[in-house]
Amino acid sequence: MDELSKLFRKNIRDYGMFIALAVIFILFTALTGGTFISPNNISNLINQTGYIAVLAAGMTLVIIIRHIDLSVGFLSGFLGAIAAILITNYNIPAIPAIIIVLAFGALIGLIFGFLVAKVGIPSFVVTLAGMISFHGLLLFATQSGGTINITDHFFNQIGNGFIPSFGRIAGLTVSTLVIGLVGILLFIYFQIKERNTKKRYNFEVSPAAFFLAKLVFISAMITALILVLAVNSGISWTLVIVALVIFVFSTLLNKTALGRHIYGIGGNPEAAELSGISVVKVTIYVFVIMEVLTALAGILFASRMQSASPTGGTGFELLAIAGAFIGGCSASGGVGKVTGSLIGALVMASLTNGMDLMGLGSSVQYMIQGLILVLAVVFDIMTRKSRLNS
Amino acid sequence: MGNIDYILEMDNIVKEFPGVKALDGVTFKVKRGEIHCLVGENGAGKSTLMKILSGVYPAGTFSGKIILDSTEQHFNKISDSERAGIAIIYQELALIPELTIYENIFFGHELGKGQFIDWNETIVQAKEMLKRIHVNINPETKIKDVGVGVQQLVEIGKALSKNVKLLILDEPTAALSEVDCDNLFQILRGLKEQGVTCIMISHKLREVISIADSITVLRDGKTIISIDATERKVGESEIIKYMVGREIKDIYPKRKGIKVGDVCFELKNWTAFDPNKGRKILRNIDFYVRQGEVVGIAGLMGAGRTEMALSIFGNTKHYDTKGALYVNGVKRTFNSPERAIAEKIAYVTEDRKGNGLILIQDIKFNTTLANLKQLLKGFFINEHEEVHVAKKFFDEVGIRAQSIEQSVGTLSGGNQQKVSLAKWLFSAPKLLILDEPTRGIDVGAKFEIYTIMNELVKRGVSIIMISSELPEILGMSDRIYVMSDGTMTGVLDAKDATEEKIMEMATA
Repeated sequence: MDELSKLFRKNIRDYGMFIALAVIFILFTALTGGTFISPNNISNLINQTGYIAVLAAGMTLVIIIRHIDLSVGFLSGFLGAIAAILITNYNIPAIPAIIIVLAFGALIGLIFGFLVAKVGIPSFVVTLAGMISFHGLLLFATQSGGTINITDHFFNQIGNGFIPSFGRIAGLTVSTLVIGLVGILLFIYFQIKERNTKKRYNFEVSPAAFFLAKLVFISAMITALILVLAVNSGISWTLVIVALVIFVFSTLLNKTALGRHIYGIGGNPEAAELSGISVVKVTIYVFVIMEVLTALAGILFASRMQSASPTGGTGFELLAIAGAFIGGCSASGGVGKVTGSLIGALVMASLTNGMDLMGLGSSVQYMIQGLILVLAVVFDIMTRKSRLNS
Repeated sequence: MGNIDYILEMDNIVKEFPGVKALDGVTFKVKRGEIHCLVGENGAGKSTLMKILSGVYPAGTFSGKIILDSTEQHFNKISDSERAGIAIIYQELALIPELTIYENIFFGHELGKGQFIDWNETIVQAKEMLKRIHVNINPETKIKDVGVGVQQLVEIGKALSKNVKLLILDEPTAALSEVDCDNLFQILRGLKEQGVTCIMISHKLREVISIADSITVLRDGKTIISIDATERKVGESEIIKYMVGREIKDIYPKRKGIKVGDVCFELKNWTAFDPNKGRKILRNIDFYVRQGEVVGIAGLMGAGRTEMALSIFGNTKHYDTKGALYVNGVKRTFNSPERAIAEKIAYVTEDRKGNGLILIQDIKFNTTLANLKQLLKGFFINEHEEVHVAKKFFDEVGIRAQSIEQSVGTLSGGNQQKVSLAKWLFSAPKLLILDEPTRGIDVGAKFEIYTIMNELVKRGVSIIMISSELPEILGMSDRIYVMSDGTMTGVLDAKDATEEKIMEMATA
C-alpha cells in the first residue's frame, strides 16, 4: 500500500489530468441527466475536441521551448475564412485550397519565428500583435457578407464525415470495430515491448500488478469509446486527422533529434546552444509547425461549421493553452507531452460541451475556463515543488 | 545552561530525510569571537547543519539542541534566527543587480518611518557600513556594475546592518580572485575584533588553514574532529585525511610517458570586442596548444579567460573577433558551437547549472545531447544504442547515481561535473576546454576528475584548463599561460612556475 501511494505521488502529474477528466465526465453526466454521455454527444464531443487538440499539440512544442502563442485563435479563424473565400468566391477545388492555406500558415510561422528568435522580440509581444492583427484581418475578410458559406462536399466532409463503415454487425459499424480491435492489440503489444526493453536495461518499472491494471483499464476505456462510436456513425475524419497529428508530433518529440533539441532548449537554452544546438533554427521550426497546425485547425473548424464567420476562432488560444497546461506542460518550460495536451484539450472541450448542454451562457463559460487555466498552473507548480522535496 | 565561552553549541543534531540520515548526532561548538571553519566533502552534512541553524529546517523537523548565547533556541523560520543575530550568506549571492549598493544593504529592513523610507539616512548609514567593510565605492553604484568581490562584501555589509552576532559564510571565496580573497579575509579578521563570530564553509583548505581559529570536520553526517588551530599548526593532508577517511598521497596524479606532439590549436593576434559592454575584452592574444598537452590558463576573475573560451567555441556571445584561429594548421572560423564541435573541440563550461547541463533531464539525455548525430538511424534516434553509449560513459567517468535515468538536478556537484565530462567525451574531442573543472567539488571527486584528464591526455587529447586555483594550475599543467585584463601577460613551463610568478603576471 505504501509503495502504491508512493508510485501515485510520483506520477500524480500524469494522473491529475485523467482524474480531472473523470470528474468532469461524472459531473456533467449527472447535471445533464445522462445526455452528456450519450453516444451522439460523445461523437459530437470528439469532433469539437479536434481543432482544439490540433492547436494544443502545436502549443505543446511552443510552451516546451519557453514561448507562448496567443495568435492561434484568430489566425485559425482568419485562415478558415481564407479557405472559404478560395473555395466559394474563387471556385478553387478543396485540395489546392487546403494546401494554399497550410502554406500560408507556414509563412506566418516563419515570420513569427524570425521575429522571436532572430530579432529577439518576446513571443508574448509578437503573438499578441498577431492576435490583434488577425482579428482585424478576419473581420476584413468576412466583412462583405458576414458569414461565408462553404458548399464544397469534400471540404465539409473533413469536419462532419465518417470513414466508410463496411456495413454493420448487431448495429455496430464494422470498420470501427476492426480498427478498435487492432488499436487495442497494438497498444498492448507496444506497452509490453517498452516494459521489456526497460527491464532489459535494469530501469525502474512499475510493479507487474500495477502494469496489468493499467493495461486492462486503458483497454476497457478504448473498448467503451469504440462501442459508443460504433453505435453511432463510426470513426470521423476529424478523429483520424487528430490521431495522425498526435502520432506524428509525439514521435517527433520522443524519437527524433529535433525533439531532443526542443526539450534541451526548453530545459536550458544556453546549455543547449553550447551543446551545438541552434536555438534560432529550432525556434523557427517550432513556430512554423505551430502555425501550420493552426491552419489545419482553421480548416477543421470551417469545415465543421460549413462556413467562415467573423467570430471564428474566438478564444481558441485560451482553450489550447489551457489544454497544454492541464496536459502537463510546465509554465517554466522543458516539460510537456503531446499526448498529455490531447487529454488537456479533451478536458477543455468537455467543459465547453457540457456547459453548452446545460444551457450556460458564454459569460459563465469564460469565467469557469479562466478558473480552470489558473488551477492547472497551480497544480503544476504544487506538484513540481513536492517532487523536488521528495 | 551552556558554556559562557561558546556563542553557539549545537548538540547531538539528528536530521533525517526520507531514506537518508543527513546528520547523525552532530555536535558543533563555536567559541565567541572566533573564525570557525566547517569542512567536509559534498554530502557530509555541512549545508544541512547550517540550514538547521538558520531556521530553513524548522524546529521539530530534527532532533538535538541549539544553544545560542546560553539560551536554547527553537527557530521556526529564517526570520527567527535573524532576530537572534544569525545571518547566512550563501554561495549564490542574494543581491538585486538593478538596485544600488545602499538599497541592497538595507533591502528587507529599510530605514524610515512606517512605510516611508528615509533615503538620506539610508545613504549616510550605507556610507558608514562601506567604511566598515573597506569598500571605497560610491553607495549609489548599482550592484550589477561592481565585481563579485565587492558584491560579496556588500552581502556582509547587509548582514552587519542587521546587527549580526554570528555570521555564516557558505563558500565565500568560490568565485573570488586571490586579491579579493585576501581582502575578504582581512575584513573577517577585522569583524572578529568587533566581536562578530564567523562560521565559514570552504573547500579551499589552504584558505581554511590560513584563517581558521578552529576547524571542524564533518563526514557522512558525523562530527569527525574539532581542532583548535590556535594551539597547533594543522596541515592540509591532515584535514584531507579526516575528510575522506583515507589518505590521498598526491591529489594531483602524475602523467608518465606522454609524448607531446605538434601544435594542434593556435590563436594569432586574437582580439575580441564585446558590443554589449562596448569594449575590447581580449587583446592581441597569441596562444597555442600541442597535442597531448595540458595547458593551464591562470588569471584573476575578469581577466578574460572564459571570454576567450567562448570566443573560440562558436562565439555564442557574438563578439567581433579579429586575428586568426588555426586547428591543425588550418585557418578556421566558428560562428556556432556546432562548427567547433565538428572540428573536435569541446567546452565544459564554468557554470554547470547555468549553461552546462539541462538539470530537469536525466543523465542519458545530457550525455548524448551534443552528439545525437551519431545515434541517428534515418530520422530517428537509435534508443538501444543511446542507452549503450550513456552506460559506457557513465561507467567510464564513474558517475555515482541510481541509474542513467536519474535527473541531473538531483546529483551532487562532483557527479554533475562528471556528467558534463561524459557528454563531451561522447563527442570524442581532440581539444577539450575545461573551465574551472573542479569548482565547488570535494577532494575525492577532484582527484577523480584529474585522473580522467590524465587518461584523456594519454589517448592523445589536448586540454586547456582554465582555473583560479593556483595549486591545481601548478599541479596539472604542462605549460601555464597567465592572463590579465584581456591580454596574455606571460607563459611559463610548469617546472619553472611558482605561485608568486603567476600572481605577478596576473596582476601585471
